[in-house]
Formats: sequence, C-alpha cells, structure tokens
Amino acid sequence: MKDTDIKRLLYTHLLCIFSIILSVFIPSLFLENFSILETHLTWLCICSGFVTAVNLVLYLAVKPNTSSKRSSLSHKVTRFLKCCVYFLMSCFSFHVIFVLYGAPLIELALETFLFAVILSTFTTVPCLCLLGPNLKAWLRVFSRNGVSSIWENSLQMTTISSFVGAWLGALPIPLDWERPWQVWPISCTLGATFGYVAGLVISPLWIYWNRKQLTYKNN
Amino acid sequence: MRLGSGTFATCCVAIEVLGIAVFLRGFFPAPVRSSARAEHGAEPPAPEPSAGASSNWTTLPSPLFSKVVIVLIDALRDDFVFGSKGVKFMPYTTYLVEKGASHSFVAEAKPPTVTMPRIKALMTGSLPGFVDVVRNLNSPALLEDSVIRQAKTAGKRIIFYGDETWVKLFPKHFVEYDGTTSFFVSDYTEVDNNVTRHLDKVLKRGDWDMLILHYLGLDHIGHISGPNSPLIGHKLSEMDSVLMKIHTSLQSKERETPLPNLLVLCGDHGMSETGSHGASSMEEVNTPLILISSAFERKPGDIRHPKHVQQTDVAATLAIALGLRIPKDSVGSLLFPVVEGRPIREQLRFLHLNTVQLSKLLQENVPSYEKDPGFEQFKMSERLHGNWIRLYLEEKHSEVLFNLGSKVLRQYLAALKTLSLSLSTQVAQYDMYSMMVGTVVVLEVLTLLLLSVPQALHRKAELEVPLSSPGFSLLFYLVILVLSALHVIVCTSAESSCYFCGLSWLAAGGVMVLASALLCMVVSVLTNMLVGGNASRKNPVHPSSRWSELDLLILLGTAGHVLSLGASSFVEEEHQTWYFLVNTLCLALSQETYRNCFLGDDSEPPCGLRVEQGLDGATAAWQDGPACDALERDKGHRSPSASQVLRGHEKWMVLASPWLILACCRLLRSLNQTGVQWAHRPDLGHWLTSSDHKAELSVLAAISLLVVFVLVQRGCSSVSKAALALGLLGVYCYRAAIGSVRFPWRPDSKDISKGIIEARFVYVFVLGILFTGTKDLLKSQVIAADFQLKTVGLWEIHSGLVLLAALLFRPHNLPVLAFGLLIQTLMTKFIWKPLRHDAAEITVMHYWFGQAFFYFQGNSNNIATVDISAGFVGLDTYVEIPAVLLTAFGTYAGPVLWASHLVHFLSSETRSSSALSHACFCYALICSIPVSTYIVLVTSLRYHLFIWSVFSPKLLYEGMHLLITAAVCVFFTAMDQTRLTQS
Repeated sequence: MKDTDIKRLLYTHLLCIFSIILSVFIPSLFLENFSILETHLTWLCICSGFVTAVNLVLYLAVKPNTSSKRSSLSHKVTRFLKCCVYFLMSCFSFHVIFVLYGAPLIELALETFLFAVILSTFTTVPCLCLLGPNLKAWLRVFSRNGVSSIWENSLQMTTISSFVGAWLGALPIPLDWERPWQVWPISCTLGATFGYVAGLVISPLWIYWNRKQLTYKNN
Repeated sequence: MRLGSGTFATCCVAIEVLGIAVFLRGFFPAPVRSSARAEHGAEPPAPEPSAGASSNWTTLPSPLFSKVVIVLIDALRDDFVFGSKGVKFMPYTTYLVEKGASHSFVAEAKPPTVTMPRIKALMTGSLPGFVDVVRNLNSPALLEDSVIRQAKTAGKRIIFYGDETWVKLFPKHFVEYDGTTSFFVSDYTEVDNNVTRHLDKVLKRGDWDMLILHYLGLDHIGHISGPNSPLIGHKLSEMDSVLMKIHTSLQSKERETPLPNLLVLCGDHGMSETGSHGASSMEEVNTPLILISSAFERKPGDIRHPKHVQQTDVAATLAIALGLRIPKDSVGSLLFPVVEGRPIREQLRFLHLNTVQLSKLLQENVPSYEKDPGFEQFKMSERLHGNWIRLYLEEKHSEVLFNLGSKVLRQYLAALKTLSLSLSTQVAQYDMYSMMVGTVVVLEVLTLLLLSVPQALHRKAELEVPLSSPGFSLLFYLVILVLSALHVIVCTSAESSCYFCGLSWLAAGGVMVLASALLCMVVSVLTNMLVGGNASRKNPVHPSSRWSELDLLILLGTAGHVLSLGASSFVEEEHQTWYFLVNTLCLALSQETYRNCFLGDDSEPPCGLRVEQGLDGATAAWQDGPACDALERDKGHRSPSASQVLRGHEKWMVLASPWLILACCRLLRSLNQTGVQWAHRPDLGHWLTSSDHKAELSVLAAISLLVVFVLVQRGCSSVSKAALALGLLGVYCYRAAIGSVRFPWRPDSKDISKGIIEARFVYVFVLGILFTGTKDLLKSQVIAADFQLKTVGLWEIHSGLVLLAALLFRPHNLPVLAFGLLIQTLMTKFIWKPLRHDAAEITVMHYWFGQAFFYFQGNSNNIATVDISAGFVGLDTYVEIPAVLLTAFGTYAGPVLWASHLVHFLSSETRSSSALSHACFCYALICSIPVSTYIVLVTSLRYHLFIWSVFSPKLLYEGMHLLITAAVCVFFTAMDQTRLTQS
C-alpha cells in the first residue's frame, strides 16, 4: 500500500519535471528566437501554464484525497472559482512581498508580476489541487507535525524548496558579473524553478528513505 | 576568577580594538618616499651623460616659461570640458582646445579622489597613502618635496587664491594668499567670487612667477545637486570667462617678456553621477588637463579624445617648465608634448633628468632594482644618450643626428613609462608582520568569545576566566619565549620598514604577553570544555532544546553576511544584504505571529510525524526552546503565553506589525540610494534636496520631528519632555537658519547664517536631557530597588541621543529617525513583549536593524558618503575633537540608537535578571565575528584589483564600528553593574 503510494508520488513528480523541461523545448518549435533568457516573459507564461495544466490533470487523474463527498455541479463551480480567486490573491500578495523586498515599484512591474505568477504556480497551485481552498488545512499542513499523508508531506517540501530557491536566487543580483541572467527577475525565477524541481526530486526519495519512521494517523 | 559575561565581553572587545589598530597600521602602507630628505637640495643635478667626450652642461636647464598660472577647478570632470557640456558652456576653452596653441589630456586621478590627496599628488607627484583621506580635513603641512617648495627655494614668487587646504599644506610658501573655506557646501557663488575678485589686480601687476587659483564652487554644486543640475552650466560659463580673462591678459603681457607664459587648467578629481567623489569610478577619476601657451604649436582639427595621462605627471612637467628640480618623491613622467618644440638636445636633457630621478627613487624603494625592466631600459638609453652627445659635440650631420636622437627619445620615453609604472605599483607594500600580530590577537579573542558562549549565556551569566590555571605558567612562559625569538628573527631580517619592529621593546613585549596569555586562556578553556563535556554527556539535561527557525535564520544570516564580505560587489552593495536580511527577519516574525495567533492553543499536534530533522528550516515549532541554555528559564512562561495575552485589536496589531515594519523599511530604502551599481537611480532624498521642493522638505521635516516627539516623550519625565520639545523646535530653527528648510511665515527668506546660536541652543538641551538621565540612573543606584527610575533614566539617555541625531541628520534624513523610532515602538509593543523572545535573539535583531539603519541614512562602504557637515554643526571653526566625535555619531547614529534602545528595553523587562549581560555578550560577539573574518579576508585579498577602492574603505568602517561597539559594551556593562549593586 505504502510503496505503491510512493511510486505514484514519484511518477506524478516526474511528470511535473517533464512538463517544465517541455516548456523549455516545445516553444522553440513554434516561436522564433525563443530562449529562456531573452524571451524570458514568454517562457514564464508558458512554463506556468504547463505546470498548472499538469497539476490539474494529475489532480483529476490521481485524486490523492478523496474528500469531495458532495459533488454537485454548483459546488464544483464555486470551488473552482474560489481556487481562481485564491490563486490571484496569492499572485498579488507575492507581488507585494517582492516590492517590499526592494523590487522597483513602477518600472518592471510586469516582470515582477510574472515572477509572482510563476512562484504561485509552484506553490499555490499544488496546494489548491491537493487541499482545496481551505485555509485551515493549509495552516495545518504548514505547521510542524501537521501533515497527514505522504502527499501533504511532499507538498510541504516542494513548496518550501521553491521559496528557498527564489530567496537564494536573489543573492547573485548585486554581483558585478554583468551576466544576462542576473537581471531582475530572471535569477529569482530560475532559482524558484530549480528549487521546485529539487523539491520534486528530493521529496519522494526522502519519503522512501524514511518510510519506516513515517507514521500517519490515516494509514 | 569569576567575571560577569558582560564585563568579560567588554574586555574582549577592548583587546580586539588594540589588535585591529595594530593590523590597520600594518595594512595601510607608508607611501613610496625618497630617503634623502635631510640634505635637501644639496646634491647637484645629474649632468648630461657623455661617452668619453666631456659635456659642459651640468647645471639645471633654464626655465621654458616665465609665468605659470594654474587654474584648478575642484571636481572638474573630463566631460565638463571635452564633452557636450564643454561645447555648450565653455566656448572659449573649447576654442583653445580645438584650435588654439594648447595640449589637452585626460589626467587620471588615483583613488581616494578627495581634494587633499589630489593636491598632494599634483604638486609632489607622489601617490598619497590611503590614510591621507582620514586626515583630509585636518591637513598638516606637507613635509615632502614639492614643486611649490622647489619654486620657493629657487626664489620664485607664488601667489595663491582659493581652497585654504593649500595654505595649510604649504604654510609660508606664498607671498600672497587668500584662503576660502570649503566649510559651507551650500555656498557656491561667494566662495568663487572671493577668488575672482583678486584677479584683475594681480594680472595687472606682474610681480609674480606663479599664480595658483583653486575654485571650489563646482564641487559644492556637485555635492548639493549632482552633475546634471542647471547650476553646473552657469558655473562652467563663469569658469570659462575667468579662463578667458587670464589668457588674454597673459597674451598681452607676453610682448614684454622674452619667454612665453603657461596656463594650466586642471581638476583635482571628478564627480560621480550622484555628485559625490572619493571612489574610483570613471567619472570620479578622469579629470581634464589643458596646457595653454603660445610656445605650443597651433594645431588645427578637432580633438575629442585626448590622451590619457596620470595626474602625478603634472608635478614633473611643471618642474621642467619652470626650470626646477623634479620633486624627489615624484613617480610621474614628463608630459612630452610640452617640450616637443625645443631643440633635440634639450629634449633629451629633460628626459634624462626625469629618468634619473625616477631610477633613484626605484633604487631607494626596491631592493632588487637592477632586475627591473625600467631600470635596464634606463641604463641602455643613458648609454645611447652619451653616444649621441659625443656625436653631437664632434660633428653636426643633421640627418644622422636627428634619426639617432629620435631613437634615443623613444628609448627614454619607454623607460619613463616602465619606471613610472613599477614605482606606482610599489605603493602597495604591506607590513605583513604587524598585520599578522594584529590578526593573531583578534582571532584569539574571537576564539575565546566563541568558546565561552555556552558558559556566558548560561542563566547565571558568569564565567570562569582561567587567569591562573595550573598549566598556565609553563605554557605561558614557553609561548612568550617563542614569540620573542620570532620577533627578534623577523625584525633583524626584515627588508622593508615594519611598524611593529619600530615599537619600543616594552610595547612590543606587552603585546606579546597579551597574545600568549590569550593563547593559554583559549587552551585552558578548551580543556575545561572537553573534560566538562565528557561529564555532561552522561546526563543530558535538555533533550528537547531545538533551534527555532528564527535562530536558524539569525545564524545563517550572520554566516552569509560574513562570507559575503569576501566579494567586492557584496561589499559595495552591503546595504542590499542587510535590507534582505531584515526583510526576511520580518517575514519570519510574521510567520511566527501567525502561528502564535492561529495555532497557539493546540499545543499537541493532530498527527505524529516523528522524523523531521530535514524540515527544520521551514517548520519549527514555536514552543520549542531556543538554542542556548539561557532560555531554559524563559520556556516556563513561554508556552502558555500567546493567545491569552493577545486579545481583540491587539491581536490584529500583532499580526499586522511585521507588515507595517516591512512597509517602513521599503519607504526608507527608497529615501537614499546608496552603494555603487544603483547609486545613480533617482531617490526621494535627491528629489527632496533639490531647491524646487523646499516646501515639501520643510513639511516632511516638521512632521518627522513631530513624530519623533510623540514617540519619545512617552517615556520621559516632565522636565525632559519640555526640554525635548524645545530641542526639537530648535532643530527646525537651525535647519531654517542655514537655509535648508523654511518657515511658513517667511517663505522666501534669503538671509543664510551658520545657525550657530540655534545649534548651540539644541546642544544645551541635549546635554540637559543626558544629564537628567544620568542623574536618574545614579539616584536609582543610591535608592535601591527604585526600578522605575532606572527605566526612565535609560529612556532619557536614549531620547537625548535621539535629539542629537535629529540635530545632526540632514533634513531629508529626519524620516529615517522617525521611522526608526516607530519601528522600535512597534517591535517592542507587538513583537518582543507578546512573543517573549529571549535576550540573545532580541540583541541580534537590534544589531541587524541597526546595521540596516546605518545604510538607510545614506551611508555606504565608501568614504565619500560620510556626511562631514555633521561635524560643523554649531561650531564656528574646525575644532578637531568635537568635529570628529559629532561626525562619528552622525554616521553611526543608526546602530548607536538601536543599541541604546536595546539597553532600555532589556532593563525595563523584569523577567530575567541576566538579560543585560547576555545582551552585552551577544552584541560583542556578533560585532566581532564580521570584523575578525574581514581582516583575514582582506589579508588574503591584498593583491586584489579593488583592494584600495573597495576593501580598504570597508576596513576603515569596520575598525570604526568596532570602536563604537566597544563604547556600547562599556555602557552595557556600566548599566549591568548598577543592576548588580542593586541586587
């Protein structure tokens, strides 16, 4: 039971990584002059689209939590709308945090906002898929000893590693190397992406490694 | 011997200051100097070389020009003359450069690009050491050989008008002078009119040989409003008309004299995009140098890209031009175009004199000078020169002679270039021995501090200092013996000069005793720890003590900051590091408040995840004990706290306050752009200081002062409340008097004074409040257990310092003060008190905020951003000690105010009696970690390209910061002592 779960987790994570890799290569078939650094904004949009799509598909296909007992259509619609609102709110709040961290207020606003979007994609979208628009559950998962399944455990890890990646991505900005990737917000978006990928890779392995010690209430 | 941890930390910091002082003395090298100083002008000039045949030319060549006028315009950047601004505003100069008989160059100034070292470089041709910057304002008389001194001994009459730094540098050298002062940066017309008003008379008279004019106005405009202000254009036009006046007068005079005249236009340093100077950006380093004389060939055509030369070349050129001996310490080479029109024999003679002087300097400063390529080239060209002279004296085949002559010329020029270069690099010679001694002392102290962390942060806050442990004596004497032997060996074998060897035996011995005593202490503490560690491992006392994420952030942040000091960009942009860390700290605090408010009650988690060491960084529990043992105690009342304390709107304030603080930090960050890469970005500070927005600035300053009053008065006694109100009013009056803000009822008052009376009025209140505070403290000590009185006394001292800072800060920086106090209030009320952080965490947070505020004030790791005007507030003339103290306080106001708030906060909190000594220890430790690491980093990076422009200023800042820390620690310990006597 447990091993199959971990296997499923690993496959879904591999799919997510695959979608990010695809977002790098597929657009160059259709778009001219596409490269991550030069047409960074396009890549950001495509990548966040891909990752969101894969997450949604996986959510519909795998259904890790079987909580939705009332499944009337109106309920589903409100749930979906609520998710959209949450996503937008997280984008805006990330944007505010970036500005507080020193991002320019007026110039480069689009770049900053797209960074907020991609960070929300890596963090908020999986949360919404897994936990739904339920703040209580979020708080539970992100407090110590609050996780109740390997899915939530891995969610916690990927989210945190995305944040840490974005945080670390800001470090090379002041260096005077004059590289194209040091421009705001490229290093941060790349950091967030690498952090997300690292979280995706590490969490199944870590869970597999510690599967003996892990005990959840549910199973 | 048992010592309180505060006292112990203070002693450690004091010893560290000593170590840093020794290190600094070794690090900043003595400049290249000629040793032949005593027999000044005794030796005859080098004769013309000749192979066999005897040459009859052994005297100095005669002067090329009869009169020399030097027009030095402070902060004249190269593009002000050669760029579009020059074409627009300096038409006459542009005409001279393009069509007239002139030579134009771009002279590169070496950093530090500050006036006094630049004047020295121009007149002596040597490269002044970095330490000269610190003495910039209080320039002592120049002892080295200079063009001015040579001219004086040759009987030339020199007249000087302009910056009085010259008068201090060359006292009694000028037959006539009028010094203007760079005292008031806001004055840029009067200061130049005081120079120009003498011109007509002097130009008519003609009883002088050298006229030097130093105009300060342009520099002042740069400091006020930057290089793109419209004022710059007016000033340049004014300078252009001055130049035209001098040039036409010189030309009309020329008919009377046999020799032509020379007019030199130059700048001492440039101006960065923000209008300041001191560092080594292209804009600050490149200055124009234009030599104008009818002796030069008129050359048609447009010269937009002049040749780059060194600023030190001016001294040698001037000496040759006036027929003087080249200054002994000059490392510059003759600007060859100046002598190009002379006969070839004279040209060679000039070049020979220059190379002989440079090679002499090389011989005296480099042990292995014979292997130097420049010296070899010099020997070769001297031989060729001799051959040429023989040919010249024997026969006069003009064709052959000319060809051979130009070959010798080229050889000489190459030799000059190489010699000059190798001498310039000689400046960076380090006194490694002194540096090592300083580093060893500092590192030993740091090790001792780190090793005593567990003991010092223990509840009792006392630690055993092993001054007389058993193994002490033998080891101690052995180490002393080894060190003295080492000292003798190093000092007898050293080639270059060494400061530490130059010390008297007593002082050197004292330092060695100190070093070995420290070593023994480290060893004995280490043994104690190992022995004690074995004992305590058997009974683990606190199994559950785990690091909260705040502790982890503090630790990682400190480590990251220390490591970042190794990269020049991170040193330049250190403010970014601190802003980043402070922001992250606020986010971590906000997360902690959320957890406390929403999850505070369910202390038992719903599901058990046993293993989570890996997740520690992100999700540590709030109820877990912090790292140090000290906190064991606090834990007791930490667990049930939170949600009982937080009720109603207070809960929401607790939740919102981290975000409020973040917003404040963001506003302050956009007030002063600092650093290097983004320094040119527009910021609020520049917008406010421009003359169009005086009304806005006045309103902002008034509001800030009001906020300061409201926030500060609540802790004061009624007497000091009144004093504070009057003092803050006085601050506004002072700013209005010097013309930076204005009163609503006098919107356009033109009378600008120095504001001496107003400033002294404020000083009286500052001293009054500080006195009241001290009195209260003393009283609380006498009448024991009067706890309230002590808190009030400490707050009064804090508010006295706030008032002083309000007086010294420029008006656009007053919001920094107001926001600082606001953040302190918010943190105290809604974060530290409800969340019950322990003393160590609070100390580190205060330190971080203090560092961030240091940069919010507009400081950077660059000497140029020190606001020297703070040292002149309320003073008539430059008085060294108060000026230095005031400037230091003005610069470090942020860290000092946060430290004084820390003292007040911790002593007002009754919960832990040892909080103050813990805080003192933590403060000392967290300040000495960066400085100790930094001196090691700087030692290893001493041949880095940016060592002088980036790392050295930072080193000076770190040294100064350590000194301030020592003062703060002494204050801490004094407060701690009063507590001890009470209890």
